[in-house]
Amino acid sequence: MLDDRYALAHRLYPYARSADQDARGAVHHPVVIIGGGPVGMAAALDLGLKGIPALVLDDHEGVGEGSRAICFAKRTLEICDRLGCGDPMVEKGVVWNLGKVFHGEEKVFEFNLLAEGGHRRPAFINLQQPYFEKHLVDRIRAAQDAGAPIEIRGKNRVAALEPAEDGARLEVATPEGAYAITADWVLACDGAGSPTRKALGLGFTGKVFRDSFLIADVRMKADFPTERWFWFDPPFRDAGASALLHKQPDDIWRIDFQIGWDVDRETELQEDRIRARIDAMLGAGVEYELVWTSIYTFQCRRMASFRQGRVLFVGDSAHQVSPFGARGANGGLQDADNLCWKLAAVMQGEAPETLLDSYDAERGAASDENILNSTRSTDFIIPKSEQSRLFRDAVLQLSRHHDFARPFVNSGRLSQPCVYDGSGLNTADALEGGPRVTRPGAPAPDAALGNGFLLDRLGNDFVLLALGCDAPELPDLRVVSVAAPGADIAERYLGDAPRGLYLIRPDQHVVARWLEATPAEITNARDRAMGREATP
Amino acid sequence: MTLITTRNVADPDAAYELLLSAHEGLSKAESDALNARLILTLINHIGDIEVLREALHLVRDDTG
Ligand SMILES: Cc1cc2nc3c(=O)[nH]c(=O)nc-3n(C[C@H](O)[C@H](O)[C@H](O)COP(=O)(O)OP(=O)(O)OC[C@H]3O[C@@H](n4cnc5c(N)ncnc54)[C@H](O)[C@@H]3O)c2cc1C
Repeated sequence: MLDDRYALAHRLYPYARSADQDARGAVHHPVVIIGGGPVGMAAALDLGLKGIPALVLDDHEGVGEGSRAICFAKRTLEICDRLGCGDPMVEKGVVWNLGKVFHGEEKVFEFNLLAEGGHRRPAFINLQQPYFEKHLVDRIRAAQDAGAPIEIRGKNRVAALEPAEDGARLEVATPEGAYAITADWVLACDGAGSPTRKALGLGFTGKVFRDSFLIADVRMKADFPTERWFWFDPPFRDAGASALLHKQPDDIWRIDFQIGWDVDRETELQEDRIRARIDAMLGAGVEYELVWTSIYTFQCRRMASFRQGRVLFVGDSAHQVSPFGARGANGGLQDADNLCWKLAAVMQGEAPETLLDSYDAERGAASDENILNSTRSTDFIIPKSEQSRLFRDAVLQLSRHHDFARPFVNSGRLSQPCVYDGSGLNTADALEGGPRVTRPGAPAPDAALGNGFLLDRLGNDFVLLALGCDAPELPDLRVVSVAAPGADIAERYLGDAPRGLYLIRPDQHVVARWLEATPAEITNARDRAMGREATP
Repeated sequence: MTLITTRNVADPDAAYELLLSAHEGLSKAESDALNARLILTLINHIGDIEVLREALHLVRDDTG
């Protein structure tokens, strides 16, 4: 009855009987996280590090096999730095910057993600999702040893959920039978198929694209460069209508073929069929081993609201995007980043419950942006009508010789963090001449600072960043002072302004900035960012 | 910039003839592709997406 739905890459949390299973009544927990994918684990870690007890229930005993996500963006790595696990990810990952797009034999477009200087992290790394998840769990283990109140229960499947005004009651299935617990808060991090969403009868609407992709991760010694190569109408015609080649750690390469909608999955997944496609691509005589293969269809859809009272939907359970643009896990990590400080503030009595509505507002807008980008890419890659194919081919044709057409080529617009423009938590911009990249709502960009980096100094809590000026004294507000801002900081944070004060949230988004501010103005901005009534 | 909806081409007959002669001898598929490339090239020339939006409004509403 508790059969695995997928094979494991790393068995990290074997089933162990919990005292809750022998308790008389339902034991109570402050926060229960359903699902230990990348998003659930990141949320558990974030809450645990803030001292909030978090219980993760996952229906498997570890991390699933098959890499799925491979591209992790700079913002994700910065979030992981804040949580204390960025280093092992970047050490293991493959850093890449260059993407090339081909039409037939010809290169029609090239993009270079090489970030401007003064960032601790690269624009992207490629890392198999199981490694990403394992690094999160390793970090949770270290945090637990240091006293963080996090618990992971493997082979614990949430079988039923009964929401209530002040929490929920959960029925949990295990290999030794079922038990019940109650919770004040539930985070549904149970993936795109979210049983929680279904149990609550909530919709998940959007678009399904009528094509499918064969994904093969192959191990081979090859000297292709560490670049993202994408083909429209590849010269190896029989392999697929489009194709992708991208390097991962351990000499593994991700290969994707667009194989059409009406395909027989079982036939296409036969090893000789897969090898025929790959041989056509790589040329005969190249030796490789098939590590993982799968067929995917793509959807772009979301829930109408990510908050249902005490149940919050986070990651793929709340929204799903096509993989072009790598916005799934990267977007999900930003969800957790956005939610956890708010939930902690509410639970610690520092903010009203309504602060959590801003999670839905901000991440809803972010997910619309991700879905928009991912839908546009998918519409370019999979033209859905004769006319869209006509324009797509016209763009590719023109791009061979004319640079002006190349920006129209869309093989995926890679994940960027959302700016929470218009969020009710922001205070109106009061830094005249300040750059747009650091306007209220924007994620604080990294910059070189002393021997290190700015983001590492911002930390995990509200912080006042004083650039070229003294910070007003305020109780309970940490100050990071930069008396003489270097070139990076001046460019990214000051622009034409001679000095500046920034109020930055625990998720490192700017909420307010001023040329100068009184303690009362800063306190008001912070109150607003906490969803508290600001004193007029 | 807004869409110009007043007379703006000095020699309309010559412009029209250029358009027709570009399609001479082409198959339907080749003509369609040529039109698509032409539209994209002109969109780049115009640059301003608002002009495109207004033009699409105008042509969409004008099918009666
Ligand atoms: C082919 C492909 C390529 C992709 N490439 C990228 C990429 O390059 N970059 C990127 O950012 N994203 C990418 N993605 C998307 C990424 O894989 C997902 O967005 C990500 O896994 C979502 O994480 P999650 O934690 O929300 O959900 P999941 O990873 O789906 O985790 C959900 C967890 O909940 C558990 N669970 C489910 N039901 C229950 C239950 N009833 N009780 C207990 N536990 C339960 C599951 O076992 C699982 O562990 C890709 C996806 C695909 C398919």
